[in-house]
Amino acid sequence: MGLPSRAAPPPLGPDAAAIEMRHHAAGLAGRWRGVGVVLLLLAMVLASGWYSEVDGGKLIDGLPRIANYVARTLPPLRLETLGADLGEWYWNLGEWLVLLLDTALIAYVGTVVGAGLALLLSFAASSAHSPSPALAFAVRRVLEAARSVPVLVFALIFVFAFGLGPLPGAMALAVHTMGALGKLYAEIHENAETGPVDAVRAAGGSWAQQMRFGVLPQSMPSVVSYGLLRFEINVREASVLGLVGAGGIGEELYTVVRRFEYVDISALVLLILATVTLLDFVCGRLRRRITGALSPA
Amino acid sequence: MMRRLVSPPALWAGGFILLLAGLWRLDAAPARLIEGLGKLGWLVVLMIPPSSGGALPELLEALLATLAMAFLGTIAAAVISLPLAFLGAANVMPVRLLRFGLRRLWDGLRGIDTLIWALVFVSAVGLGPFAGVLAIAVPDIGALSKLFSEAIEAADRRQAEAVRAAGGTRLEAVRFGILPQVAPVLLGQVLYFFESNVRSASILGIVGAGGIGLALSDRLRLNNWDEVAFIVLLILAMVGVIDTASRAIRRRLA
Repeated sequence: MGLPSRAAPPPLGPDAAAIEMRHHAAGLAGRWRGVGVVLLLLAMVLASGWYSEVDGGKLIDGLPRIANYVARTLPPLRLETLGADLGEWYWNLGEWLVLLLDTALIAYVGTVVGAGLALLLSFAASSAHSPSPALAFAVRRVLEAARSVPVLVFALIFVFAFGLGPLPGAMALAVHTMGALGKLYAEIHENAETGPVDAVRAAGGSWAQQMRFGVLPQSMPSVVSYGLLRFEINVREASVLGLVGAGGIGEELYTVVRRFEYVDISALVLLILATVTLLDFVCGRLRRRITGALSPA
Repeated sequence: MMRRLVSPPALWAGGFILLLAGLWRLDAAPARLIEGLGKLGWLVVLMIPPSSGGALPELLEALLATLAMAFLGTIAAAVISLPLAFLGAANVMPVRLLRFGLRRLWDGLRGIDTLIWALVFVSAVGLGPFAGVLAIAVPDIGALSKLFSEAIEAADRRQAEAVRAAGGTRLEAVRFGILPQVAPVLLGQVLYFFESNVRSASILGIVGAGGIGLALSDRLRLNNWDEVAFIVLLILAMVGVIDTASRAIRRRLA
């Protein structure tokens, strides 16, 4: 580059003046580029606003409506009659808890089945262990397709094929989980030491035995840890599957919102939030025990 | 070393029993599975070849509206998150209680799925992309504020101290001592969220929040499976293009 070295004698002269000017020019150019980026962003915001039919008027009109809506969902809680008020707020708690359990169960079944399929496919997908490069390529494309299509789209299609209820929801989660975890698992296997694999092969083990006894024991902690992380994500996903008729608490939420049962909306949303937080907490502790002090998150 | 309350084999067995109980509860009878899979195969046959149904311009416009929703939602979330993040960062905001309150608020915002927010906003402000923009922005405010404030807390404090030592105000110390350090990190996170929001935005139409998801759920309702396949492929192509572009920009930022 044309920058003079720091060690060069710096007395003021034609050199220093040139540097000064270049510095000034660079500063100006940087500032103009900044202005350009801001203008471009502004143009994109305006274009997006036009396309999504959002403008200042709508915003000013909408904000008080949102505030009003939220205010209506808040239950009347008085200190004197707190117990009774809470009881009225959560009048349907028994049924809701069953639906929440169903939601967690959908997430669990989807995660376990998806992780199982992912584990089976991941050995063939990892370039270090796959029996053939063509197979690895094909399996990787399958996994990519499975994780690229949104869960809800799978759920919509499965609801049509398998009928309404939690089963299509769990299947949709399983397919998406297979795609997401399959890729991660393949990457984990690639980091495995080759020593144990060679040892199994030297002892006459087949490819399946090499994977089972050479690779899997090394990958297992990460496999379980990523599975738990996926479970946390899937609980969130499962809470909305009901919107398309695929079971769980989402169905009840959809009904309540459509009937404008304001107070029930806040009750259900808080219940979902509590469930998600609780399961995150439990899974987080489990993950920390599995991965030890390696990853504090 | 590690305290083991339950032996691993018992844990595996427990997990397996829970799986069986779950399958029973989900009504996963073999006959139902086989019948469903048969129907699914038939649907796949109906999907081939994918067809635009002669509505390609309309679909492309819906795709643009989806992108616009994701973009506006992300920008709004980022703009709102920036000042909030500074208020929640321990090295900027000394009041512990305020920090704690803000953090719990963020937890709440991002603990609820985008689609639930969309459902609520559609009901509050009516059908259309505006509800979608809000549904993307609100949970992202929770997520981005948290990430931003963590980045701010990780910033080197000496630069802010230098500004203070030179006579700068606290605000100037934040502006010239911290912001330049964290800006590239924050921008990278915003881009990453934009990618993820493009995916979310493509399904928001299912609950009436506009974009390509609306077209998709229409075709599903009418059982036009070749058009369903076409729209899904369109979504995948859009997501792929955005991911590639965003990854290229993020690499330049890093």
